Amino acid sequence: MKFTLSWLKEHLETEADVQTIADKLTNIGLEVESIEDAGARLKDFTVAQIVSAEKHPNADKLRLCMVNAGDKDLLQIVCGAPNARAGIKVVLARPGTVIPASGEALKIGTIRGVESRGMMCSARELLLGEDHDGIIELTGDAIVGAPAAPALGLTDPVIDVSITPNRGDATSVHGIARDLAAAGLGTLRTKKVDPVAGKFPSPRKITLDFTPENKSACPIFAGRLIRNVKNGPSPQWVQDRLKSVGMKSISALVDTTNLIAQDRGRPLHVFDADKLSGNLHARMARDHEQVLALDAKTYVLDSETVVIADDSFARGIGGVMGGEDTGVSSETKNVFVESAWFDPARVARAGRKLGIISDARYRFERGVDPQSVLPGLELCTRLILDWCGGEPSDVVVAGELPPPHKHIDFDPALVENLGGMQIDTDESIRILSRLGFTVLEDGDILHVTPPSFRRDIDGPADLVEEIVRIHGLSGVPSVPLDRDRAVAKPVLTSAQRRARAVRRTLAARGFNECVSFSFIGRDQAKLFGGGDDARQLSNPIASDLDALRPSPLPSLLAAASRNAARGLSDFSLFEIGPAFQSGMPEAQTTNAAGIIAGAGIRDWGKSGHAADVFDAKAAMFAGLEAAMGGPMTAPVTAGAPAWFHPGRSGTVALGPKQIGWFGELHPKILAAFALKIPVSAFEINLDAVPEPKSRKGRAVFSPSPYQAIERDFAFVVDAKLAAGDIVRAAKGADRALIESVSVFDVYEGKAVGDGKKSVAIAVRIQPKDKTLTEAEIEALAGKIIAAAAKLGAILRA
Amino acid sequence: MTDIASLQSDILAQILAAGDETALEAIRVAALGKKGSISELLKMLGAMSPDERKTQGPLLNGLRDCVGDAIAARKTQLADAALEARLKTETVDVSLPPRPELQGSVHPIAQVLDEITAIFADMGFAVAEGPDVEYDDYNFTKLNIPPDHPARQMQDTFYVAPQTDGSSHVLRTHTSPVQVRTMLNQKPPIRIISPGRTYRVDSDATHSPMFHQVEALVVDEGIHLGHLKWTVEEFCKAFFEIDEIELRARPSFFPFTEPSLEWDMRCDRSVPGKIIFGHGNDWLELGGSGLVHPRVLANCGIDPVRYQGFAFGFGLDRMAMLKYGIPDIRSFFESDLRWLRHYGFAALDIPTLDGGLSK
Repeated sequence: MKFTLSWLKEHLETEADVQTIADKLTNIGLEVESIEDAGARLKDFTVAQIVSAEKHPNADKLRLCMVNAGDKDLLQIVCGAPNARAGIKVVLARPGTVIPASGEALKIGTIRGVESRGMMCSARELLLGEDHDGIIELTGDAIVGAPAAPALGLTDPVIDVSITPNRGDATSVHGIARDLAAAGLGTLRTKKVDPVAGKFPSPRKITLDFTPENKSACPIFAGRLIRNVKNGPSPQWVQDRLKSVGMKSISALVDTTNLIAQDRGRPLHVFDADKLSGNLHARMARDHEQVLALDAKTYVLDSETVVIADDSFARGIGGVMGGEDTGVSSETKNVFVESAWFDPARVARAGRKLGIISDARYRFERGVDPQSVLPGLELCTRLILDWCGGEPSDVVVAGELPPPHKHIDFDPALVENLGGMQIDTDESIRILSRLGFTVLEDGDILHVTPPSFRRDIDGPADLVEEIVRIHGLSGVPSVPLDRDRAVAKPVLTSAQRRARAVRRTLAARGFNECVSFSFIGRDQAKLFGGGDDARQLSNPIASDLDALRPSPLPSLLAAASRNAARGLSDFSLFEIGPAFQSGMPEAQTTNAAGIIAGAGIRDWGKSGHAADVFDAKAAMFAGLEAAMGGPMTAPVTAGAPAWFHPGRSGTVALGPKQIGWFGELHPKILAAFALKIPVSAFEINLDAVPEPKSRKGRAVFSPSPYQAIERDFAFVVDAKLAAGDIVRAAKGADRALIESVSVFDVYEGKAVGDGKKSVAIAVRIQPKDKTLTEAEIEALAGKIIAAAAKLGAILRA
Repeated sequence: MTDIASLQSDILAQILAAGDETALEAIRVAALGKKGSISELLKMLGAMSPDERKTQGPLLNGLRDCVGDAIAARKTQLADAALEARLKTETVDVSLPPRPELQGSVHPIAQVLDEITAIFADMGFAVAEGPDVEYDDYNFTKLNIPPDHPARQMQDTFYVAPQTDGSSHVLRTHTSPVQVRTMLNQKPPIRIISPGRTYRVDSDATHSPMFHQVEALVVDEGIHLGHLKWTVEEFCKAFFEIDEIELRARPSFFPFTEPSLEWDMRCDRSVPGKIIFGHGNDWLELGGSGLVHPRVLANCGIDPVRYQGFAFGFGLDRMAMLKYGIPDIRSFFESDLRWLRHYGFAALDIPTLDGGLSK
């Protein structure tokens, strides 16, 4: 919402300067976005007059001008503008002046061998418009040597205020002045509108054609015919005023409505009456009914949209935009002025559905003052008569004003209860009254009736807000919250603690944490078991960000691909974030996913190796152990979802619950992400990881006093047998004595024969209550060999 | 007598001349071995008269000990020399780089959230979380934003496609629905923060379609704007690690709070690219806040006559940008390794109140 200082002062009698006004506006909740003070910005530019303009001796298209800048001597300036000619008054920039368009200071120049000591400016060079066809020509009464800004009509600072959606009352200069007056910055002095007497009965009638259910869509519609008008440009001051706030002057008839909308917050519409057939009606649109709107687009409507129609067609979208076919033109002779009140919710819905942003919608959806229907119509009549002549009919009105506000019983003590600061009841009453509220004192209670233009007020808390906002929030004291214990209790949930532990564990293992968008491209989602309709966004921001991701892995692979394309290799990335199982709320899990990428860091010590399944397994186990707060004992089975390499991947599950996957990625997945380096990956569903046991306490530490013994066994087995099975069998040989079993060598080759492999394990035996005899150790070794033999393992000779 | 003395000096000279352990061992055998010269002399002690033995005994034992010590000393000397010679051959080029290890990092958003959590935990706030896909009812309607309210346009919403059961949901536009979920499930007093991902259809130089918010909610008897101000103040002091701050409240509008206000913090931006908190002539927007709208309390089953509350919220990414001088919000989500390594935090940089929050 833009307005100029002088425009504001038409409504507000005040001595305050523009900065004081701006600060106050921000303090009372009308946030100033910017103050554009072109007069101040152009203070170095002056008025000058071209005394003579001759052809440049060395250039056909340039002119050599002698310019009177109010100095003793004339200035010689080379100018290329076609309109540079003797006699005209111009805007002069002297050497040293910064030209707004370029941001650079003007220098004394030599153009084609002739010195030039200044510049005569175009509108574009001063950032006053797009016009660059020639230099600005000032009016003859501009004073040579004086600042150019007044001659350009730019003495008036423009203030731009951001209006929150609840403040329909502040979408006008009048409304803003009212708030400032309430805040003590001056006196409201908006001119009253005198009704204009009709000269004849309106030949056109108005009806409201609604069912009882939707009659609230447009409860009142007024209008009148004005005949024999003559449309043309509006007065210059109106054009200047509209331009100053960024609006275009169209014609006198259209400008009346734009001026009143901005000045009073009252949207109106002017029809060319000769283009209307019959009477005017407000009604709901028929499904698929079409209307050609003023923006020259045809809109297809539905039965929830209000239209203004004549006897034949819908002619405008109520509260949103008028129609093209019935708009005014320079030939217009007779007009019908519409002033109505539309339901904010329906206007908002129609505007959103149709994608129309207009000044009318802006105001109606925030709530226009219903009481302004008739004064707005009268003011418009007055302006049309003043600017275009003509003869008004009587006013016709259909419907009635929506019911006034009910009063609110207000306990003034609530101001302190909510606001935390003391404000006298008298001050509260004064503020409310100045804002247009009616206040009746009734003992300790106030009966407060909001004015018709404050449709946002509906409870005591709103009144507190009005009072504290106008009073000023700087008086709010700092009041500590109670602290119910000296030392704060831990607050994190188990899930939050676990996510933290996994995060810092992976970071400590060399993984860089990423945070990526929760939506990815559908094609990528499909590769990871997603991409179904239920996980699509209806209005994605880009076509490659249209699907809720089924896993953080595709995000990480895309990141790996981008990083690899930058020439980075050998890195590990992880992310802890949502994985979506459907488009329902709560159908998401928090997953920790990681990737290890690269052929191995090139190192003089040859320590690197290509990322493989066991890197992924190690990282995943570290993550799981961090999450579980103890050793990972869940079984691993071969194979993982389709995006993994079928032979080089594994799944960890507890009972029916799959906790996660690890492995090398399927070559097709790598190809899909244009990855040419080896990549392995893992993913943990943190929500499926079992809760850790109590964090408090430890089991008693009871180390065995007896020497532990380590015995190695090498078995020849079928090449397909899982080493994990041998380990499990060996452990099972004597659970009390065997502390651990580890695999220290796996060999396939001629020495063991085709289809066979050798698996060497180290068994650590920890006696608990006595030293084992050689015979006992041999007996245990026998049990281990026997257990392995059940799997077809033969002890290697 | 002279024999013993000359024998001693003779053997000691040999010991000193021994060039390696083999030579030394030969000398030892020749002197102290079973048939060694000293051993032979010692054997003769038995045949001596007691008087003779009395004088010769100590002399011969002294000779034996002296030679034994000299051999041991020379042995150590030779071993040291041999070790020294070996070590001289075992040098490496220590300018070669160490075995490579990847340097991991924690994302600034996670780090800053840990910092913020530490502060609020000390003030008794729990951390509440909720889903990213949210019911329209929780994201809007319960928060006093009815369908078609213009405030819905303040938050350009991502909609999820209709589900098989015909329902349709949104990507949450703020973390306020977590407040709704908390109030529906917990009776006052309530103190929570709700951090998380949030989504709006907005993408340009200063907006990302996904960003993060953290909101605070307090519901109890007698909560007013003064408590809100104190909490924002104390949070800012702790988070930005400055002793004195000045806050400014501006009235604003949010459908779910009444009164609504936005907080600015005094700062100095006079040096381009730098921001100093606590003094100066500029104001930094912190975020929106207000007292929980009575209708929101009622919608969530809390008696608005008995209980009052405040809520405030701010951008987590923005807080990280301000505190650590990160210029571009979009860069948070691009997973550029160079960025992650530059702005990320070490695994063990865990923010604590005792050790300090900033790293």
